[in-house]
Amino acid sequence: MRPVYVIGAGMTRFGRSEVPLVDLAGAAALAALHHANLGKIPVDTVIVANMGAGRVNRQVAVASALVDRLSLWPAAADSVENGPASGASAVKVGYQAIASGMADVVLVTGVEMMRAVDGLEATDFVASMSQPEVEYIYGVTLPSLAGLFARLFMERYGVERRHLALVAIKNHDNAMKNPYAHIHQPITMEGILTAPEAVVNNPPVAEPLHMFDCCPVSDGSAAVVLASEEVAAKLGAPRVLVAGIGQATDTHAVHERPDPTDLKAVRLASAAAFDRAGQKPSEIDVAELHDAFTILEIAESEAAGFFKVGQAHRAVERGETKLTGKLPINPSGGLKAKGHPVGATGVAQLVELTWQLRGEASGRQVAKAKTAFACNFGGFGNNVVATVLRKEER
Amino acid sequence: MASVTDLEALLRPPAMEMPPYPPKAITLASGEEMIVRQAGREEMPVLLSAIYPLLLVERDYYDIVAARLYAELLAYKRYRVKDEYVLVGLIDGILAGLVNGRLVDGKLGMSYHTLTIRRGLRVGSHLFAAKMEYHIEHCGQDEVLIVAESPIGFRRWMIEYPLDKKHEVQHELGGVPSWVLTRKTYFDAKPRLVVGRRPVSAAQLASAETIQLPGEETVRLQVTGEKGGKA
Repeated sequence: MRPVYVIGAGMTRFGRSEVPLVDLAGAAALAALHHANLGKIPVDTVIVANMGAGRVNRQVAVASALVDRLSLWPAAADSVENGPASGASAVKVGYQAIASGMADVVLVTGVEMMRAVDGLEATDFVASMSQPEVEYIYGVTLPSLAGLFARLFMERYGVERRHLALVAIKNHDNAMKNPYAHIHQPITMEGILTAPEAVVNNPPVAEPLHMFDCCPVSDGSAAVVLASEEVAAKLGAPRVLVAGIGQATDTHAVHERPDPTDLKAVRLASAAAFDRAGQKPSEIDVAELHDAFTILEIAESEAAGFFKVGQAHRAVERGETKLTGKLPINPSGGLKAKGHPVGATGVAQLVELTWQLRGEASGRQVAKAKTAFACNFGGFGNNVVATVLRKEER
Repeated sequence: MASVTDLEALLRPPAMEMPPYPPKAITLASGEEMIVRQAGREEMPVLLSAIYPLLLVERDYYDIVAARLYAELLAYKRYRVKDEYVLVGLIDGILAGLVNGRLVDGKLGMSYHTLTIRRGLRVGSHLFAAKMEYHIEHCGQDEVLIVAESPIGFRRWMIEYPLDKKHEVQHELGGVPSWVLTRKTYFDAKPRLVVGRRPVSAAQLASAETIQLPGEETVRLQVTGEKGGKA
């Protein structure tokens, strides 16, 4: 297979969109194309990751619409829907197109506009990814699945609410340094957990998870430009190699897993990505994990191999996952505070990591970052895509 | 022919004695302290100027809330509403939100509006709770009639407390069927919704003595949260 490089990355500020869906995607795509500085080199293929535009925004075939909006004809156009893992799945499809020799330049854009509907409908739309006969029909939502998971995980490994709060506080702090983040609001342990007022400030959503354990509902778009080695060399762009991608699935219904606290798909997808990249978790300098709920950052960091099972919350306690720690996790603010427009999330993770590897993440730059890892978690862990990026010195 | 002063007396509704609302301090999720205190009639001009930029913000029904609240505060300032009160939430002296209502009589309260300027910190929940605290605990009322103009308000008041239906009574805000907070509802909800510390220190009170306003653009951005769509 041919090597594939990320030569451009861009995104919109996450939050509430002021513009329609395709314009939102266009803004991120243009930012990435500008970053790539392609000149007259044409874009062969446009891939759009999106989960719910057909339902929420009455817009399907978003990739075709984006090609037209950006006048990129006759580029091939494909839309990818794979739940919250749509973003990384779309990057994987783009990667395959270049690696196989079918394309030289691929624009991958993730976009979602979830705030077009109210919170209840957005929650229902996201819940529609759950198992229809044994989960969705009984009113199971993603926060409720995460609550059940958290209760079991916390009981088994001695994780306490203060550990979850530490993750939230860290990610809010990181988001304060990220101009693209949805939430620019620092929070404190006192304010969300220990003060008597915390009972109102941070109400339960699905016990033991409270409001500040959950990501916001966001609009937003993110895009990367992938290119073959030949194109990357011609442009003289900083070389961010897509070193390895892994993907794995698990049972649709969470209760069918022998051990629901074992995020098997994360474990397998991460192992495959590391194997293809020829790297070990201990060699990673910075990671973006799918913290739709704070407990997931802790659990995924173990399943990906960064910490032993049952030990990640101790690392959080020691500050190892802060920007200045041994392994900074979610320097962007993560889904928790950067926001989670579901179809855009997997791409946004790679945008952040590309900027980190290029030394362009001002204010939240991880020092000397050369290797990076992303985990894009679909469903409730039933479809996961992991990616390893590596900076190559020219 | 009556003098202007006599006519003014006829135009003003009769007022009854209202107890003061003792200020309290609330620690927010950000760790910041919000002082909740009563605002006097002389402070209405500054509150009116805070609300003014929101009259045209459609997001989350801010326009109708701002427009009605503007009229209510103006009526309070110019003595054209009976027994109204206004509470403000101030963070470092800067206005974070406000609530108002009035006493219909000794036993019945009429909740008017809750308007949050600093969003994302449950300021509105704290201020609404302070308003209910005033009616039930400080004025000793039995019931407060409440309606919501936005789905957010409906979730916060009707569902979160939860309130009872009193649909046979039209609320003063547009004749919408009323919901009611009773003493029992209030005291049942109090442990999870009503917080704050008293007494407030002299230093904290001093910091909240003068209402300061965030800039007009800051108010608009904080309220709408608009920042998507720009790379």
